[in-house]
Amino acid sequence: MGTTLLKKVWDLHTVRQLPTGQTQLFIGLHLVHEVTSPQAFDELRRHNWKVARPDRTFATVDHIVPTKVRTRPFLDVMAEDMMASLERNVRDFGLRFAGLDDDRQGIVHVIGPELGLTQPGMTIACGDSHTSTHGAFGAVAFGIGTSQVRDVLASQCLALEPLKVRRIRVTGHLPKGVYAKDVILAIIQRLGVHGGNGYAYEYAGDVVDRMSMDERMTICNMSIEGGARVGYVNPDRTTIDYIRGRAFAPPADQFDRMAAWWTSMASDADAVYDDDVEIRAGELTPIVTWGVNPGQSIGVHDRVPAPADANDPKAIADALSYMGLTAGQPIEGMKVDVAFIGSCTNARLSDLREAARIVKGKRVATHVKALVVPGSVRVARAAESEGLDEIFRAAGFEWRGTGCSMCLGMNPDKLEGDQVCASSSNRNFKGRQGSPTGRTLLMSPAMVAAAALAGEVTDVTELA
Amino acid sequence: MRGNDIDTDRIVPARFLRAITFEGMETHLFEDDRKMGGPGHNRHPFDVPAYQGASILLVNSNFGCGSSREHAPQAIRRWGIGAIIGESFAEIFFGNSAMIGMPCVTASGAEIKALQDLVERNPRTEIRIDLGEGTCDAGDFHCRISLPPNVRDAFSTGAWDTTSLLLERYEEVDAAAARLPYIAGI
Repeated sequence: MGTTLLKKVWDLHTVRQLPTGQTQLFIGLHLVHEVTSPQAFDELRRHNWKVARPDRTFATVDHIVPTKVRTRPFLDVMAEDMMASLERNVRDFGLRFAGLDDDRQGIVHVIGPELGLTQPGMTIACGDSHTSTHGAFGAVAFGIGTSQVRDVLASQCLALEPLKVRRIRVTGHLPKGVYAKDVILAIIQRLGVHGGNGYAYEYAGDVVDRMSMDERMTICNMSIEGGARVGYVNPDRTTIDYIRGRAFAPPADQFDRMAAWWTSMASDADAVYDDDVEIRAGELTPIVTWGVNPGQSIGVHDRVPAPADANDPKAIADALSYMGLTAGQPIEGMKVDVAFIGSCTNARLSDLREAARIVKGKRVATHVKALVVPGSVRVARAAESEGLDEIFRAAGFEWRGTGCSMCLGMNPDKLEGDQVCASSSNRNFKGRQGSPTGRTLLMSPAMVAAAALAGEVTDVTELA
Repeated sequence: MRGNDIDTDRIVPARFLRAITFEGMETHLFEDDRKMGGPGHNRHPFDVPAYQGASILLVNSNFGCGSSREHAPQAIRRWGIGAIIGESFAEIFFGNSAMIGMPCVTASGAEIKALQDLVERNPRTEIRIDLGEGTCDAGDFHCRISLPPNVRDAFSTGAWDTTSLLLERYEEVDAAAARLPYIAGI
């Protein structure tokens, strides 16, 4: 009987069974950012603890970074306070840091892979729920809260309960205009926003096998939106090729031996799963969320549900009312005010290339404010060297500096009033994009590009 | 409070995470929802006068989904809530709450609804939960509550602050690290 990657990585990193019944797990990489770490560093100071493994820790700044003017001090005194606090903490505790002026800076889940810090077979933790992104490499990556950030800083370990594994096989071929984002939205739609509670999701099947690392990251990124704290893809040739040559990749004389170890950590062909689900790619269409959680989504040609259709009519009615929608209304043609291409879900080079391909030579609708926020400084430089920034600007998009931007309203990029935003981000919760009454429609970056041009929700398939 | 899938962006909107301590986080608890009140809206449970001073929060399923921000349970705890009873909790929220000494215990959907009805009829209802026995009593109403054994034990021994535990026997941590090909070399 074979073993899953989750079990192999778990067993390898187990320090001991704790008297509490939990497992003490060694964490191979701890990524730190400004939002969830200041209180943890304060705790270390209070107890006179050091950071146990500065060599396994890497910090950057992303959530609060303004994407227009990055000069210090920031206009927002609270953001400046957080920035200064992180700078002090990395200095006092001797941590590696990609700060504001560092060309490695970017969204933490974009730079980890980009720098080769993220590798197969590792355990990874970060005080951010989208840490599941790193699972795309066959790492086991946990989003954690601040008390656990303290645990990892002080001990390089976490106390955890084991997870079950659900394999999700995506089979067949993705139709034109259907992307990795649509695949994960379809998975969440099918299994629910809490279906993954207690599970790690293993994404497999021939569609995932053929996907690039960027696409796999998009899928793993949103595992948590389906309730799964951990999501991963087994490492293969695509994974190895991606890592080769990156700044923190294994040294050349060890690379092939490491690569062999990475693939040996993949789930065995006869591994046994706690659950197994198949998604047929050929049946998918571009997906748009209509409601206030990532499970409330429909195909672009479908109509929004009526409260009576569901087993929780009150929730549906509440979501429709918040979104300003009428039961049974088509989502196609819904007017959008803002188009946002960015976030740890969809701000990598391939996302920007695809969106640029859609908008090239066209114009953003006059009533739409459209912005592109590259996921890292390196993504921005690479896109600029290909002329993508010019394509976006010529079409009427703003080309911004890197950061989390309008995904979550912790920086100057926010929705205003009850604006509707076509967004390539990961959460459509009420108020998520910074305005308490702002409305978010999640979709693929290509669909956001199409919505920006049309000024309303539209099927990208004709443009793709 | 009623409703499934109440996310951590509801509990503490992200803009209030612009802080370097958790102090005062309770002043932003459900801030956007609470400001939506007014004519035509019911008062938010955290603003109902009869619930002031409450120490147990009743919720439905998948409470605390979304972001890993510990600011959410911190705000609830600092408002004065000592324990939450719900049908189910999002995993990260559940762990964060346990880490700060606020147990999240579960009961069936029907039992939660019965408790919510009871409290809405009579806000003075006293609810008692016994983590060790796994019981919940509210007047004539009784039900079983669940909490994973390790979390229950942590509360009964007062050892929910894990760092010291993880720092014990540190030679075993070093030994585990030395087994890893990506640290030891290959």
